[in-house]
Amino acid sequence: SFFIFFSFQQRIEIHKLRQGDNLILGFSIGGGIDQDPTQNPFSEDKTDKGIYVTRVTEGGPAEVAGLQIGDKIMQVNGWDMTMVTHDQARKRLTKRNEEVVRLLVTRQSLQKAVQQSMMS
Amino acid sequence: MSAAMDTESTYSGYSHYSGHSKKAHRQGRDRHKSPRSKDGSRSEKSVTIQTPPAEPLLGNDASRAEEGQDDNWGETTTAITGTSEHSISQEDIARISKDLEDSVGLDCKRYLGLTVAAVLGLLVFLTPIAFILLPQILWRDDLEPCGTVCEGLFISVAFKLLILLIGTWALFFRQPKADIPRVFVFRALLLVLIFLFVFSYWLFYGVRILDSKDTNYQGIVQYAVSLVDALLFIHYLAIVLLELRQLQPMFTVKVVRSTDGESRYYSLGHLSIQRAALVVLENYYKDFTVYNPALLTASKSRAAKHMAGLKVYNVDGPGNNASGQSRAMIAAAARRRDSSHNELYYEEADHERRVKKRRARLVVAVEEAFTHIKRLQAEEQQKAPGEMMDPREAAQAIFPSMARALQKYLRITRQQQYHSMESILQHLSFCITNNMTPKAFLERYLNPGPTLQYDRDRWFSKQWTLVSEEAVTNGLQDGIVFVLKCLDFSLVVNVKKIPFIKLSEEFIDPKSHKFVLRLQSETSV
Repeated sequence: SFFIFFSFQQRIEIHKLRQGDNLILGFSIGGGIDQDPTQNPFSEDKTDKGIYVTRVTEGGPAEVAGLQIGDKIMQVNGWDMTMVTHDQARKRLTKRNEEVVRLLVTRQSLQKAVQQSMMS
Repeated sequence: MSAAMDTESTYSGYSHYSGHSKKAHRQGRDRHKSPRSKDGSRSEKSVTIQTPPAEPLLGNDASRAEEGQDDNWGETTTAITGTSEHSISQEDIARISKDLEDSVGLDCKRYLGLTVAAVLGLLVFLTPIAFILLPQILWRDDLEPCGTVCEGLFISVAFKLLILLIGTWALFFRQPKADIPRVFVFRALLLVLIFLFVFSYWLFYGVRILDSKDTNYQGIVQYAVSLVDALLFIHYLAIVLLELRQLQPMFTVKVVRSTDGESRYYSLGHLSIQRAALVVLENYYKDFTVYNPALLTASKSRAAKHMAGLKVYNVDGPGNNASGQSRAMIAAAARRRDSSHNELYYEEADHERRVKKRRARLVVAVEEAFTHIKRLQAEEQQKAPGEMMDPREAAQAIFPSMARALQKYLRITRQQQYHSMESILQHLSFCITNNMTPKAFLERYLNPGPTLQYDRDRWFSKQWTLVSEEAVTNGLQDGIVFVLKCLDFSLVVNVKKIPFIKLSEEFIDPKSHKFVLRLQSETSV
């Protein structure tokens, strides 16, 4: 058997949790066009300046919705996130008047391909 | 202690070999002759290995065996002969005869060249004076009187001749430092040029002035001045051709010694091959470590071991298939799994260790010896007249305590031929006189120095032959290889042109140096 790397896109819908005066999503982001892409541990291509999920709080709304660490966020509610600064990304995710954010993420997955012989 | 350090002990690579000998060589004998030194020159070992007679593969009759022995005996006997006590070797005979014949031939050539140049120079120098004086001598009464301009020209001629004399003395009157095989092209050209030039001036003078007895003395003096001016310009040409042109480096030469691979690089300008050879040799004496034949015996013994290891049997009959045989030998040698590399590695590691140990002992002994003497200051010299010694006596006093360690170290690094006890004592008193530390004293013995440091008898390299495929008066070109051979080794010289360098310019505004921090923020949302 051998491993295959491939990436697939996923749509994730997160319902924000109210904590006091804030609405939190329960994850952390890194990256942006004003950041240093070589420090990103999750990206395949070290020139990729996209927004990546660097941490997911346990039991938070993001984890419940299925967001995983290392996901690259491509869109938030229809807004493109591949060419934004870090601060712009943060703002788009933390809009006060939105209770639900719909993310389009790209995830790299490790899949074990089972040999033909083992299946038969 | 004897005047020369003792010769090295009989360490022989073959003692290993006979230990590992295979069945076929059990019958061989190794004979070791003790090495001898001849006036401190190199000691050679003499080893003769006799392999057993060839065993025929087919048949076993006595006649066959005899034939086999006769056929192969010459091939399988490996003999490295040295010299006995009472004979001189072939090389020594060659050396002596070479010395005799060379000293007579080349001297004549050198002196001939010098005399020609000297005569020409004298002639050239006296020519303007002759031009000026001859009219005065021959037809004084007819000459116009010499006015102020004319007399001013006398002064100018005198000073220009003086400058020419000093310049020629500075440029050309130098001790020839080498004998070279062919004539210097540029010098010859210049001599020819000067000769033609002066000849044409004399011709003109003879025809137009002497014959017609010209009375315009000022014109004659001006003619002489023009000659001196032209001579000064030729002198300038000589400087540019002979001196300045070869100053700018154009070539890099790599010089490799054939016996041990020691190499150096030098930068040269536009020189002829023979002059480049001269430069290389001058630098050889001060840059290369001295040639020590005692250091080469190890690789020679390994090579001989490889040669004696294989025997070739001609199975197909008495056909003379020499190239096939040697190829078979090479193939067999490549396939054979010998452990000579192992031996070499361990031998070298062991030798290294022993050298370091002896070196440590030597350094300690010398440091301790140096603590025993103290320099007396001027005031103290009057106060304690008891045991005052001069440097030589002081050296003799402390020498015995370090002698043994030094001798052992020199022996293990095979340098004992190069340092006699007298030379060591001299060096020691020299170091004591000049307030040198023990380390400075030892510098000469710890590392082999350049050839110049040693006595002339130990040089092994005084007569050189230039071997070249191109004419030696040709200039250097890229890719030329020539060899400087002396009796024991040779220097292979490889000429490479210095590459054409394209240098471009880039201007950096000092205000353009700006920096920014590397950001890696992580925000939780």
